[in-house]
Amino acid sequence: MYNVGNLVKELSEKHGRERESLMPILQGIVEKHNYLTDEAMVEVARELDISAAEVYGTASFYTFLDTDVRGKYIIRICKTITCSMKGKGEIIQTLEDMLKIKVGETTSDRQFSLIETNCIGWCHKAPAILINEIPYTELTPEKTVEIIKGYMQKR
Amino acid sequence: MINLNINNQRISVQPGTTVLDAAKKLKINIPTLCNHPDLCVAGNCRVCVVEQTGAKTLIAACSMPVSEGMDIHTNTLKVRNARKHIVELLLSEHRSDCTKCYKNQKCELQALANEFAFGDTIFLDLVEDHHYSIDRSSPSFIKDDSKCIHCQRCVRTCTQLQYISAIAVANKGAHQKISSFHDRPMSHVVCTNCGQCVNRCPTGALVEKTYIDQVWDAIYDPAKHVVVQTAPAVRVALGEDLGYDPGERVTGKLVTALRQLGFDSILDTDFAADLTIMEEGTELLTRLKKVLVDGDKTTSIPMFTSCSPGWVKFIEHKYPEFLPNLSTCKSPQQMFGALAKTYFAQKMKLDPSKIVSVSIMPCIAKKYEADRPEMRSSGFKDIDYVLTTRELAVMIKQAGLDFRNLEPSNYDSVMGDSTGAGVIFGATGGVMEAALRTAYEIVTGREVPFKNLNITPVRGMEGVKEATVKIEGCTADWKFLEGAELKVAIAHGLVNANKIMKLVRQGKSPYHFVEIMACPGGCIGGGGQPIPTSMEIRKNRMKAIYSEDEHMVLRKSHENPDVIAIYKDFLGKPNSHVSHELLHTHYTERDNY
Repeated sequence: MYNVGNLVKELSEKHGRERESLMPILQGIVEKHNYLTDEAMVEVARELDISAAEVYGTASFYTFLDTDVRGKYIIRICKTITCSMKGKGEIIQTLEDMLKIKVGETTSDRQFSLIETNCIGWCHKAPAILINEIPYTELTPEKTVEIIKGYMQKR
Repeated sequence: MINLNINNQRISVQPGTTVLDAAKKLKINIPTLCNHPDLCVAGNCRVCVVEQTGAKTLIAACSMPVSEGMDIHTNTLKVRNARKHIVELLLSEHRSDCTKCYKNQKCELQALANEFAFGDTIFLDLVEDHHYSIDRSSPSFIKDDSKCIHCQRCVRTCTQLQYISAIAVANKGAHQKISSFHDRPMSHVVCTNCGQCVNRCPTGALVEKTYIDQVWDAIYDPAKHVVVQTAPAVRVALGEDLGYDPGERVTGKLVTALRQLGFDSILDTDFAADLTIMEEGTELLTRLKKVLVDGDKTTSIPMFTSCSPGWVKFIEHKYPEFLPNLSTCKSPQQMFGALAKTYFAQKMKLDPSKIVSVSIMPCIAKKYEADRPEMRSSGFKDIDYVLTTRELAVMIKQAGLDFRNLEPSNYDSVMGDSTGAGVIFGATGGVMEAALRTAYEIVTGREVPFKNLNITPVRGMEGVKEATVKIEGCTADWKFLEGAELKVAIAHGLVNANKIMKLVRQGKSPYHFVEIMACPGGCIGGGGQPIPTSMEIRKNRMKAIYSEDEHMVLRKSHENPDVIAIYKDFLGKPNSHVSHELLHTHYTERDNY
């Protein structure tokens, strides 16, 4: 486990301790550690002298600032209509079969999380997913298997 | 000045005035919901929309500043339709179990619905689709998200008035909710139970936890002797819930009403307030002696008052390193509680296990305080039930009492005598004034050098007040204080308490003694007081408290005959061993989230 106190301090030094520094600090934590633990949010609150509820309120507003446990690789599947029409269902099925989890869940080894997201702007190349910050488009079940295999070997 | 027309009436107002306030000046009523006189503008409920000639959309009157030549109409067809839809949309996400709701007839949303949204609605009821939760974890209040309309008065209250932000707006869109840190139970977060949010919530989303039925059960139980105490701030506010204007003193009628409700002994928290002054004053003088004469490094000053349970929990969460500075004295409610089942029981030859001790408080944090595990020094739960001023008004109505025509009567004896010093405990600065009246006299043998004992520098609504009292002509025992300048400070509302605490933390506090009350205006503005509240209402209650004080024969705590008697017969002297057993307490460090 990482030392959240040190990271928050480091980020606060970098971005400042004003209220407007909250977002970049939270983003900095998520960049390194995928999601915001309660401990991390309490540390941020302490460092910025604001309330922990306010930190949580801000974090919970943004889809990409997760406050629940997330794996190392967060797979976000577009849940909007174009991807649905272009075969999103099969992609979800493939991912669920491979990872042995349902949408909304995280693998027990904390490697993968599978969650739905709003439109990610790749309608012209649907169906699309994001893995952390990288988009994968024009997916087929076969292509999906290859991509996930690649990530599984990375660990 | 800016000139504008509202409903074809011309008016000139200062720049920066809102359309809403300009309309008020013309006695034109624009309905509001999220707006509150104590809080910043939010503009989120949209109920106050009005039409501005030439503007494409309707504007929110509460947040729109006036501009030259504006032409506003508050009651056009467009406005009425919009308002009706706005109220209906709010209702579509509000669990409308109105007839069973604690806020029935006292709900601002219900009042608006009554005005605008009668009949069938075109909107779907979404309540069933939301997985609302009801948080009953606090002994003081219930947070029912199914009745929340997201006006955020509570969030603004907790931030702006109390500097806690125990709750904030979380999630977004249809999932938006008012949430504690990561949705933890309210009993396990930084919430102080002050109830200022409860006092400002327009619906039944935040209400006090009521113990009315338990109190009726005790009253009807012939085996039980039900003792009731009333806090000073109750007598200057109860009337508001019973048809009186704010600031009406109803002390005598209050006592008669309690007797007619069936309470067995009607006693006064003011007695315990006077006792608190004896204990706390002695503690202060002892601390000063230790610091000034003995050079004791382990003794902490400034000393903080400990009467306000919201403030006590605030410092436990936010500034735990200064808990040694908090007076060890219990609050008057809890001193009373500990004595009711010991001293009072002995005097009245009652079995303490058969006593049910009820207190009527302007406060909902008192419900939490009574539940604290350390508040059992009589061997029983010292206070069994705490009712707010509002709950007492409900009981009076339930019993069908004609309050206005009740003959005033007096409190019972043994723990019923009070002085003006005890009375002013209900207002910010009051504890300080009461303490100074007694401490100065103990040290110098003379009355405080203020006209009519009115220590005006510590009075009033300023957030932080300071005063310096020069001590001269000390008696032999207190020679070490000769010429000393006692520096005191007073804060009310936790946002102001925080200002003092910051100074203390930075080592810049020049103070010896600091009075803090959690609520704006002190207990008179407490979370358990009649709704609504505003600065004007609180000022009226405050005026009533000081007038109550002026009308008392005795106005110094140490002259209270019941207090003199209890020291003679039971406690010995202030800060005695028995006092420490029953009247003093300790505190707990808590997490800051």
